[in-house]
Amino acid sequence: MSIWHIVLKSLRQHALSTAVTSISIALAGGLLMAVWSVKEQAQATFTQVDAGFDAVLGARSSKLQLVLNAVFHLEASPANIAWADVLDIQKHPGVELAVPIAMGDNYRSYRIVGTTIEMFTKSEYAPDRRFAVESPGRLFDPNLREAVVGSFAARKLGLTYGSKFRPYHGLNFNEDEQHEDEYVVVGVLEPSNTPADKVIWIPLAGVQNMSGHSAETATDVSAVLVKLRSVMAGPSLEQLYNKRGNRLTFAWPMGATMAELFNKISWFDRVLALVAVLVAVVASGSVLASIYNSMNERRRQIAILRALGARRSTIAWTVVLEAIAIAAIGSLLSYVLYGVILTSAGAIIRAQTGVVLDPLAWHPVLVFAPLGLIALSALAGLVPAWKAYRTDVAANLVPMD
Amino acid sequence: MPLLEISGLRKSFVSPDGAKHTVIDVPELSLAEKAQVALSGESGLGKTTFLNLIAGILKPDAGTIRLAGQEVSSLGESARDRLRATTLGYIFQTFNLLPAFTCLENVLLGMSFGPGADRTHAEALLKRVGLGDRLRHYPRQLSTGQQQRVAVARALANRPKLVLADEPTGNLDHANSRAALKLIREACAENGAALLLVSHDREVLGQFETVLDLATINRATKPMEATV
Repeated sequence: MSIWHIVLKSLRQHALSTAVTSISIALAGGLLMAVWSVKEQAQATFTQVDAGFDAVLGARSSKLQLVLNAVFHLEASPANIAWADVLDIQKHPGVELAVPIAMGDNYRSYRIVGTTIEMFTKSEYAPDRRFAVESPGRLFDPNLREAVVGSFAARKLGLTYGSKFRPYHGLNFNEDEQHEDEYVVVGVLEPSNTPADKVIWIPLAGVQNMSGHSAETATDVSAVLVKLRSVMAGPSLEQLYNKRGNRLTFAWPMGATMAELFNKISWFDRVLALVAVLVAVVASGSVLASIYNSMNERRRQIAILRALGARRSTIAWTVVLEAIAIAAIGSLLSYVLYGVILTSAGAIIRAQTGVVLDPLAWHPVLVFAPLGLIALSALAGLVPAWKAYRTDVAANLVPMD
Repeated sequence: MPLLEISGLRKSFVSPDGAKHTVIDVPELSLAEKAQVALSGESGLGKTTFLNLIAGILKPDAGTIRLAGQEVSSLGESARDRLRATTLGYIFQTFNLLPAFTCLENVLLGMSFGPGADRTHAEALLKRVGLGDRLRHYPRQLSTGQQQRVAVARALANRPKLVLADEPTGNLDHANSRAALKLIREACAENGAALLLVSHDREVLGQFETVLDLATINRATKPMEATV
């Protein structure tokens, strides 16, 4: 009969409080791990997502707005740029590839992006990985009203090969503003886990000439995605567009631009982290309260164990170990909760941005949070342990005569 | 050499009103190995306090208690715990079984802090007290008499040299009382343990060849205040 046996008996004896306290630890652990993991993964992913391009050229605005609009398909386009600007940057010796995109329509809230076929044939959304169309399917014909749908959008909208749809005007879904033009889905993209998954791609001319769009701006585009021949070209283009010109903005480098966003909202991270830490402290406090409140009923048991020869320190250790065991059970459960939170948060982030979080991705917080909670709980267990240590044996064994 | 030697033993308590009450004042007492002695006395004479002093649960204010060659009163707390775990068995009037532990586990607990858990020995003890078929029963599933038998088995689990029994039949009916007393005496004899039993029950006391009157050996015979 080991000390652990006594601890397990006590856990079973106080099953309800053990369960409730373990769940509070699980909530704290799950929350802590999820907050850190979502933060870290989101930051890492968003600063790395570039859709295979190095920069974005768009109308005069902030770099962040351009990147969010052109790469993540969030936010509104600041303004259009002329086709001549597209041709200019395509001819620039430092540019390897410049793909224009045009936005302004949606299909049931999923953004429709007009582009050229080079988006799929020449760009790589990740090293050595190009967009591919699921079978059966093919890329759209630039001269026809055809669409290639991102995997996530296709699934959510129920669009498959051969489906037909009529776009709605604007980036926000308004049932009353449907265009006359009808498009046929000729392909669904294989999942790329990038923002492209939540977009409906059509030929550039399709957006430009959509019924109801202004004829005056029929050749304009929303932005140009730019791949440089080398990073050396970046500063000169930035100089050209951002410093000398005042009409266009060249958002380069993209990773730094996104990192700037996370720097701006870092206070929010700190608030979340603070809340998570407070929850952890409260949960550890619940271990203390749960064991401490049961100390009165335990006094007799402690006295009996002492009468049988158990040392004060042994008794105190059983209490600390009980606190550790409750925290350990809670920590194991916290992984389940972490998985649930990250999957839910991941689904929201994916729906909004197309970026996918990995619930199984390694992060040190997955070890440190449970260990920290166990350590905090052990610390909290010292208070009732001290009370157990000081239990008066003679007074609690039997009524003295 | 006696198993237990007590000399000049004194213990006092301070009541809430600040008055000091001497509960135990035993000039001399000895107990031979394997002896079986009953200690008689009415309630309030400090019988439990006396046993707790011998067990090292309480520390005396003065005097010496020598048990199995060890000076109990001069031992530190850990050493007294160790002495209880290895040398003493304790049977309580209210049995003091742990409700979350089965019969077998309660007996194993009696060994765990001393020689170490010996399942075979524990099972043999429970068979000896007639509970071989109740090993995995919890105390609440046993009758009062059966609970007392578990307590007897637990007291003998660590192969003690001395068993202290505090009104062991106080919660039992007449028939169970006789059976329990017989069992305690036989089990102690079989295991080579001396027995010091306190009781105020004349029938119980009548079963012993040696009966000491606490009112005689304890000079502090004035009944204690209820708060002590």
